[in-house]
Amino acid sequence: MSQSPAIEISGLVKNYGAKAALAGIDLTVERGEIFALLGPNGAGKTTTVEILEGYRKASSGRVSVLGFDPATKGSAAQKWRNQIGIVLQSTNDSADLSVIETISHFANYYEKPRDVQQVIDEVGLREKVNAKARELSGGQRRRLDVALGIIGSPQLLFLDEPTTGFDPEARRSFWELVRTLQSEGTTILLTTHYLDEAQALADRVAVINDGKIIEIATPDTLGGRNNAPAKVLWLENGSTQELFSNNPTEEVMKLSKRFDGQIPELQVLRPNLEEIYLRMIGELK
Amino acid sequence: MNGLTETLRIGLLRGGLELKQFMRQRESVVFTIFFPVILLFIFGTVFKDTIAPGVTFSQYFVAGMIASGLVNTGFQQLAITIPMERDFGTLKRLRGTPMSVASYFIGKALLVTILMILQTALLLVFGTLMFGLNMPTNPSSWITFTWLVILGSACSTVLGIAFSVVPKNGRGASAVVSPIVIILQFFSGVFFVFTSLPTWMQQFAAIFPLKWLTQGMRSVFLPADFATQEVAKNWEIGKTALVLVIWLVLGLIFAVKKFKWSQE
Repeated sequence: MSQSPAIEISGLVKNYGAKAALAGIDLTVERGEIFALLGPNGAGKTTTVEILEGYRKASSGRVSVLGFDPATKGSAAQKWRNQIGIVLQSTNDSADLSVIETISHFANYYEKPRDVQQVIDEVGLREKVNAKARELSGGQRRRLDVALGIIGSPQLLFLDEPTTGFDPEARRSFWELVRTLQSEGTTILLTTHYLDEAQALADRVAVINDGKIIEIATPDTLGGRNNAPAKVLWLENGSTQELFSNNPTEEVMKLSKRFDGQIPELQVLRPNLEEIYLRMIGELK
Repeated sequence: MNGLTETLRIGLLRGGLELKQFMRQRESVVFTIFFPVILLFIFGTVFKDTIAPGVTFSQYFVAGMIASGLVNTGFQQLAITIPMERDFGTLKRLRGTPMSVASYFIGKALLVTILMILQTALLLVFGTLMFGLNMPTNPSSWITFTWLVILGSACSTVLGIAFSVVPKNGRGASAVVSPIVIILQFFSGVFFVFTSLPTWMQQFAAIFPLKWLTQGMRSVFLPADFATQEVAKNWEIGKTALVLVIWLVLGLIFAVKKFKWSQE
């Protein structure tokens, strides 16, 4: 059973009253992948993730997480929870406990916990090990959340908007941590508002809007990004010139010939993930 | 792996953690543990009357305060802190781990038990030293005292967990819960001699556990012949046990069935 995909969803529907929050989601996340779920607020990201985490029940459809239906209750569910780790959106609990107290305590919940000291080093909280949670900065607090998510050595880790409120440096070192976890074999389902984060981390991304999946692709090919015309920019006659081309290399060679080598202020731009994404969810025409 | 021992082990660990967190919040320590002692000091100092031969109001009041202590540390404390834990995401996080609900409840029960022992000890010492509270000398009173404390705090704990679904959020919890407790204290013969209350108030109070707990504690700490001063002319020990057991069972069923991990 360990060879089932990490996550398998088919025809997932969730209704709140007459309103459909999820209108038939199909999605597979392979083991070892970092998979990002993108979408505007209210698109159905959180609903999807919370169904996968066992917090909410699906109205219909099939959901399998590590070969297990998250809606199941009882001791089988407890066993399953040993294999997943959840990092929720911003939390504010255990304010009066220190980093080491909280992490050590949570280690008790799991059958095969990781080494507490090693986890503290991995999330970069060594210097704050005796600080109370209330004394931590936003970024450090988030690192504590991640520590609690990975203390049980999960096969699958859910990261819900993990870097909201981080400064750029903290974000980059957090990405390093996520990559380390992946290299250790952890599958990661990430939801994020930051397109650069998805670009930097995800093997594949799914864009979800109005409760439906619009597309699933790698960050580089999403929305036909790899085949979209590239924008070529250069300086000529004192102003910036631009053209769009499906074959930018040829354009650059032509320009190079014209300028006899060096093209002034040359740039070749592919549409970035953010532009593609905004176009997909209808924010950008 | 034995699931039951594991549940118990985690429950004990949670109890320790709960206690540690509790003790680090100075306001809650003062409010929960010392408040009854402060009340005892005020009432004991102001009301010095003798309400029956050899029985002062302060003795009557200590018995009531020990009973109310069970309601403070259990019902009131849990019904206020659990909604706060829900707001803070504590409960949601715990639910995402393999920890079982039972362990969470055991931890809470342990916290309540320890707080209750501390508070009761304080009230007993303070009541004896300052207000002439007589410690019972016969073993049967101590036996009654023991089961009243155990049954009373169990009842108070499950009702606190059950009632935690009522407050809409953590901030408003205190405003919902505290008046209920204070009114029950007034109606149940904690602040006034029960028999001096209007009959409708007595009958209303008799629905709830606090009235029975205070009466039970009076049977422990007041002279045996004071029983004739009670409404029923005796201590009604059997009926007290029955009422507490009924509330315990109802509370337990409700707590298990309706417990809310998050504010949906």
